[in-house]
Amino acid sequence: MLALEIQKLCKTYANGVVAVDNIDLQVEQGDFFALLGPNGAGKSSTIGIVSSLVNKTSGSVKVFGYDLDTNLIEAKTCMGLVPQELNFNQFEKVKDIVINQGGFYGLSRRVAKQRAEKYLTQLGLWEKRNEVSRSLSGGMKRRLMIARALIHEPKMLILDEPTAGVDIELRRATWDFLQNINQQGTTIILTTHYLEEAEYLCDGIAIVDKGTIVERTKIKHLIQQLQSESLVLDLQHDTVTCDLPVLENVSMSLIDSRTLEVTFPKSITVNTIFAQLSNKGIQIVSMRNKSNRLEELFLARVGVNLEA
Amino acid sequence: MRLKKNWISFTTLFYREVVRVLRIWPQTLLPSAITISLYFVIFGDIIGARIGDMKGVPYINYIVPGLVMMAIITNSYLNVCSSVFGNKFQKNIEEMLVAPMPHYVIILGYVAGGVLRGVLVGIIVAGVSLFFGKITVYNWWSIIAVGLLTAMLFAFAGYINGMLAKKFDDISIVPLFVLTPLTYLGGVFYSIDLLPPFWQGLSRFNPVIYMVNGFRWGLLGQSDVNISFALSILFLSMVGFFACCWWMMHKGIGIKS
Repeated sequence: MLALEIQKLCKTYANGVVAVDNIDLQVEQGDFFALLGPNGAGKSSTIGIVSSLVNKTSGSVKVFGYDLDTNLIEAKTCMGLVPQELNFNQFEKVKDIVINQGGFYGLSRRVAKQRAEKYLTQLGLWEKRNEVSRSLSGGMKRRLMIARALIHEPKMLILDEPTAGVDIELRRATWDFLQNINQQGTTIILTTHYLEEAEYLCDGIAIVDKGTIVERTKIKHLIQQLQSESLVLDLQHDTVTCDLPVLENVSMSLIDSRTLEVTFPKSITVNTIFAQLSNKGIQIVSMRNKSNRLEELFLARVGVNLEA
Repeated sequence: MRLKKNWISFTTLFYREVVRVLRIWPQTLLPSAITISLYFVIFGDIIGARIGDMKGVPYINYIVPGLVMMAIITNSYLNVCSSVFGNKFQKNIEEMLVAPMPHYVIILGYVAGGVLRGVLVGIIVAGVSLFFGKITVYNWWSIIAVGLLTAMLFAFAGYINGMLAKKFDDISIVPLFVLTPLTYLGGVFYSIDLLPPFWQGLSRFNPVIYMVNGFRWGLLGQSDVNISFALSILFLSMVGFFACCWWMMHKGIGIKS
């Protein structure tokens, strides 16, 4: 079953800006789906329309088969939203924010309290339940919005840049939490600027640019489209550029005297690279993927010339 | 089932509004009590003693209904207006917009909060008036009907203002330039029978006249207007304002781009 079905969706704002231009998108139930795109691409507008915070100009949106135009209440019941900007009352207590949201979804106070305890505990906020929300740290505020969005246990959770500005440790914890609820059956759609986040979490991906979808694929397929691989190697001894082997189509550059970045086409194996380095007496202590290896591909899709 | 969920949504919003009113009571409940006490002292006690009777009623007793209505009007309006705008400003109105709450539930939740504050302040002002004059009750039903309908009407009006407001200045313009003149010229301090015929006729276009006189009739049995007509005007205006609120929510005016 489709969790989300968008057809010919358009949004033109009053100032004439076309934010969403004839988008078609389907997300399967149970997917962990990413909407990627640069600032102003139309991701948040699309999510705003789906969550009924933005009026669409034309097109249709169905959530678990419920059309927003004809079955809005049912569609809303299936969704939970974690917006990009903080949107809770800064003067309310943490638990009240979550419990009240349960009430807005029609949950009795007893059930809302039980669920608030469950999700605030899972997200490490239960100790802060009686504190006023404005006293929370940035990361805690983001987790509070996740707990609030889950209070009615939606079938689909939409997250608009959930880890923006969050430190690495917390980001990883949030990823683990989201993966866990996805494994329990919740469809998750997220927008993100972090390509590694999409790679780590998501099965499906859509790249949005200038209001249209320029790529809709599985993340694995996207990675397979990478023409080259980039590795960062930590070297055992100090090395200078003239020590490096020369290989056709392979680019090697020293980041510092003990860190080497190697970019090579998929046709060349890592063994070949290592053998050449070994022949030159260069010993490798450890290696890792270059973290932004999807960036070039992404930028190519959204039409940005790296050399410009 | 849906009705039960809507009821829970409504009571949640109403409860949140009640908590807000009580949490910041020095801003919500106290100011009107102080201001209107000053009216009683100045217009009722000091100046009123020289005026004597108005339509056979001591002046201080004559102004009690109008001052209670003034408190109800101002507080029910301001409560909803500031709450809706505050929620828009902090964006937490989105909590309700993403939830499966029908528009009428959101509107009535806010309005119920405004009515509660209006009525609470009205009761406080009526209590304060006991220190200065005497309150008699001529018709309980009229007092309850006019009081509640007026509070609801102005709470709906405050909701519209809150939806349309884009900055903090916008929530004080209507109370300052529309509400205050209408209230002061709405027969709070005088009977419109004292006005020249032209101004009497003009005053009848002021909706506050009907509220003040409807309430005055309930307390004193005195009115410048027909009570049934006043109640009809109030009810129809309230329905009209509610319809306007619903239409704005439906179109997303002031809350959706």
